[in-house]
Amino acid sequence: MPPIVDITDLRKSYAGGFEALKGVSLQIEEGEILALLGPNGAGKTTLISTVCGITTATAGTVRVGGHDTVTDFRAARAMIGLVPQEINLEPFEKVISTVNFSRGLFGKPANPALIEKILRQLSLWDKRDSQIRALSGGMKRRVLIAKALSHEPRVLFLDEPTAGVDVELRRDMWEIVAELKRDGVTIILTTHYIEEAEAIADRIGVIAGGEILLVEDKTKLMARMGKKELEVQLSEPLAEIPASLVMGALRLSDDGTALIYSYDTRGERTGITKLLSDVAAAGLVLRDVVTRQSSLEDIFVDLVHEGDTP
Amino acid sequence: MNWTAVKSIYVFEMARFFRTITQSFISPVLSTSLYFVVFGAAIGSRIQEVEGISYAAFIVPGLIMLSVITQSISNASFGIYFPKFIGTIFELLSAPVNFLEIVMGYVGAAATKALFIGVIILATAFLFVDLHIQHPFAMIGFLVLTCISFSLMGFIIGIWAGNFEQLQLVPLLIITPLIFLGGSFYSISMLPPVWQVISHFNPVVYLISGFRWSFFGTADVSIGISLFAIAGFTALCLSVIWWIFKTGWRIRQ
Repeated sequence: MPPIVDITDLRKSYAGGFEALKGVSLQIEEGEILALLGPNGAGKTTLISTVCGITTATAGTVRVGGHDTVTDFRAARAMIGLVPQEINLEPFEKVISTVNFSRGLFGKPANPALIEKILRQLSLWDKRDSQIRALSGGMKRRVLIAKALSHEPRVLFLDEPTAGVDVELRRDMWEIVAELKRDGVTIILTTHYIEEAEAIADRIGVIAGGEILLVEDKTKLMARMGKKELEVQLSEPLAEIPASLVMGALRLSDDGTALIYSYDTRGERTGITKLLSDVAAAGLVLRDVVTRQSSLEDIFVDLVHEGDTP
Repeated sequence: MNWTAVKSIYVFEMARFFRTITQSFISPVLSTSLYFVVFGAAIGSRIQEVEGISYAAFIVPGLIMLSVITQSISNASFGIYFPKFIGTIFELLSAPVNFLEIVMGYVGAAATKALFIGVIILATAFLFVDLHIQHPFAMIGFLVLTCISFSLMGFIIGIWAGNFEQLQLVPLLIITPLIFLGGSFYSISMLPPVWQVISHFNPVVYLISGFRWSFFGTADVSIGISLFAIAGFTALCLSVIWWIFKTGWRIRQ
């Protein structure tokens, strides 16, 4: 099956010469949830804006559902819903009318039952006749989501949907995303929160400096992260690992003051007990014991850092 | 055509108007009444007649044009500037609509509001002066065309404006002088010859002249030229807007 979003060599440079996107290619499969991670200014929002038609690409093509977003923009855009990062809402409008407006703008006939369902799902139904300005920040964000969902998009872009929202709304958001996925909606979300990507994404993409550094299945990334290290710090430095302790997963730190043991936290037996009793049997005196887990954050920081230094 | 979108924009914009319906009503009625008191009664009592028409009646078409043009520009420029200012324009740009549909929605609503106010002023005028409209259909035609063409111009100003000062600048510095020097309160023939020639470069002269003809059957310039001028102005505004959306000037980076 062809990808539902097919981005090919997308470039965007601004008048001042700044290159926000440096040839991004990305294929997104129908029904998946892709999380785009990246630091501020990485090009996440520019990428989304270009796909949605808010900014025009300098070069490259974007196809959504097989429709080119420039030559066949009507068909392409009709499939896309966008929840922007900024809370952009008319302060004096009522919730219900701004949501109905969005549906109409996308050319869909009025459907009060659907709008009610969306508003109830987002706990906005009781607020439907309130003016936007009377709502809290979190509620406004829900309105933005309701607007995007009102026209039944097949592809939903969530640009940092949980930036600055409370835990409850974040959980609600994740639930809504899961429900949309069950309905077959493809979701692309950008986020700073690595735990968010871990919690809901199928694939994770890392973007920095206008380039996609990595797109990988979340479970594969998690497998990398599943590795843990145990550092046994010694009171006296060693020249080499004692013969009784030699095994593949164990190495000596550069200065010889610590033994470093890698293991899989999800394994049946981690081998820690045996290691520690062997260490004691070898007559080594321990100063401290430290464990470390390589997280998605480490991988992310490494990748982004590599991206900084060409 | 995405007619549902056009209707949605139109209804949404009209809702803004109805939220402030009292202001929308009172302000034009009040200002028109003031004009009638000052120009019609106070000054008009000394002028008596212009081209065989009582001065109070003579200024009615000009007064309506003055309000309709100002309202068209301010409604339409604010209508599109406001989404730009608060950021809701993202939705418009990401929606499956083309420039024509956006323009029909926004300009249609702005023109409707201006037309509404034009009709209120006309009704108010009937309270002050004895009016007979000789060509009612032409009058409505001119009024509608003026609402549309100046709403188009307002739309351009709204897209061009980078801040609220600029939004006020063009109406204040260009439009108001053009209207006042366009024969709202006098006949061009009352001016010295040099100013008569200069006046012919003012597009508003043709509008007011044509509009006044539809009331009284007399005009400063021929009715054909008036129609041609307003049609040309409308076409010019439309092409500018087409270019704006084609290039994304000031709206799409």
